[in-house]
Amino acid sequence: MSGKNDEKVRTIPFVRQGKKLTVGEIPEITAYEAGFLTVTNASWRTETPVCDRNRCNGCLNCYLYCPEGCVYRDGKTGKIDIDYDFCKGCGICAKLCRKGAIIMEKHGK
Amino acid sequence: MRTFISGNEALAHGIRLARPHVISAYPITPQTTVVEHLSSMCSAGKLTAEFVHVESEHSALSCAIGASATGARTFTATSSQGLLYMAECLHYAAGGRFPVVMMNANRSTALPWNIYGDQRDSMGLLDQGWIQLYVENAQEALDMSLVAYRVAEDSRVLTPFMINMDGFVLTHTYEVVDIPDQELADRFLPSYVTDNRFDFDSPKSMAFSVGPEQNFRFKFREHQAMNRAKKVIAEAEKSFAEVFGRQYTGLVENYRCDDAEYVIVTIGSVSGLVRSVVDELRRDGVAAGLLKIRYMRPFPDAEIAEILRGVKAVGVLEKDISFGYEGTVFTNVNSALQVAGLSVRTSNFIGGLGGADISREQIRDIFQSLESDGRRLNFLGINREEYDD
Ligand code: SF4
Ligand code: SF4
Repeated sequence: MSGKNDEKVRTIPFVRQGKKLTVGEIPEITAYEAGFLTVTNASWRTETPVCDRNRCNGCLNCYLYCPEGCVYRDGKTGKIDIDYDFCKGCGICAKLCRKGAIIMEKHGK
Repeated sequence: MRTFISGNEALAHGIRLARPHVISAYPITPQTTVVEHLSSMCSAGKLTAEFVHVESEHSALSCAIGASATGARTFTATSSQGLLYMAECLHYAAGGRFPVVMMNANRSTALPWNIYGDQRDSMGLLDQGWIQLYVENAQEALDMSLVAYRVAEDSRVLTPFMINMDGFVLTHTYEVVDIPDQELADRFLPSYVTDNRFDFDSPKSMAFSVGPEQNFRFKFREHQAMNRAKKVIAEAEKSFAEVFGRQYTGLVENYRCDDAEYVIVTIGSVSGLVRSVVDELRRDGVAAGLLKIRYMRPFPDAEIAEILRGVKAVGVLEKDISFGYEGTVFTNVNSALQVAGLSVRTSNFIGGLGGADISREQIRDIFQSLESDGRRLNFLGINREEYDD
């Protein structure tokens, strides 16, 4: 669970893969990747947060406030990335980012 | 250092020695002096913790949970209505596996309003997923503060820990207490290291939602962790004895039960009086014994059954009642006996509600009544024949 956001951690059987977890596979604690919901909640979104990596300084303020816990750190650049399977598009991250690095892009015009 | 202090002050010293990072609490009688002492220790620089004065008990535990979610060692304290006001957050701490340590000064619950001690506050919350310990004296309150963190934060357990102390009888009475050196406390209690926190190197979702099927598995894991605490408690007490030279008795205490015919099972401060009556009766040739339950959760079913095997009659004395049935300790003890396949005659004695005194004479009467077939449920000082419908 200490892996820095590597592929291995992000490909454990999740709800998005439609796999069932055994008792042994679930985390002992409630700190983990996003995605123990019943279904992915991407379909809730009417706007999608997009991070401008040139502006993002990696402070993780967005992570602290994201209600879905779907902000993660890109291991290579140290900047943030968003797990769109579980982002509901609430826009809290965009509001809180002091660098103006997150833009909410409206869907389907 | 040996010194003459109150139970609350002793507990505060235990918490100081555990070096919590964050203390959040709201004052309520008879817990108040715990918080006052810790606050003074912080302002005098004897304890470098963030002391957060919150506006309610709900916030006190919420704040402790939030702090724990950053990897901090946390403490809060409460009593009675305050504990009940925290009820929603108790589940959050347990389900989130945040090893918060809390002191609860056992006090009656409203109405009629009353600030004196009984155990209905915490007994009503046995199902909330917290380890529940009941201490008997001030030294134990201090010592168990250290044991509490050691057990709660163990990676096999990660479960919040409630230290229960009888209101006034323990919190406000003075005893000679040995306050150990910080150096010993540090040797006994490792620092808290956890993955269960906001982690800026590897950000994870905290305290997440889980759908029905997986949710069930999380609850199973919570149950397993609580049961693992039994072993961890034994290990912690062994290590405690090595470092401090004081040996505790684990989940229960067996006092003269090995050859006993009549045993009172009880919990908390009244155990001292029962122990003294057992000694008196033994001098008179009555084979009396005391079984003190220290931990109500995890529940020591096997230990209780083992001690009560071969006993003629058991009386469970408790400061609690589940209206419409019987005392909760009694229900649990009977279940333990049934699981072990023992058919010991048991009866229940409810006493001390609202802080009512339990006398030496009443304890003797209980032992006496165990010798004959009595009622299943009895209320000390009330003759039920007169009032039953
Ligand atoms: S709050 Fe803004 S600057 Fe900070 S990590 Fe998030 S996107 Fe980057
Ligand atoms: S839009 Fe909401 S859910 Fe999506 S990343 Fe931002 S804060 Fe999280």
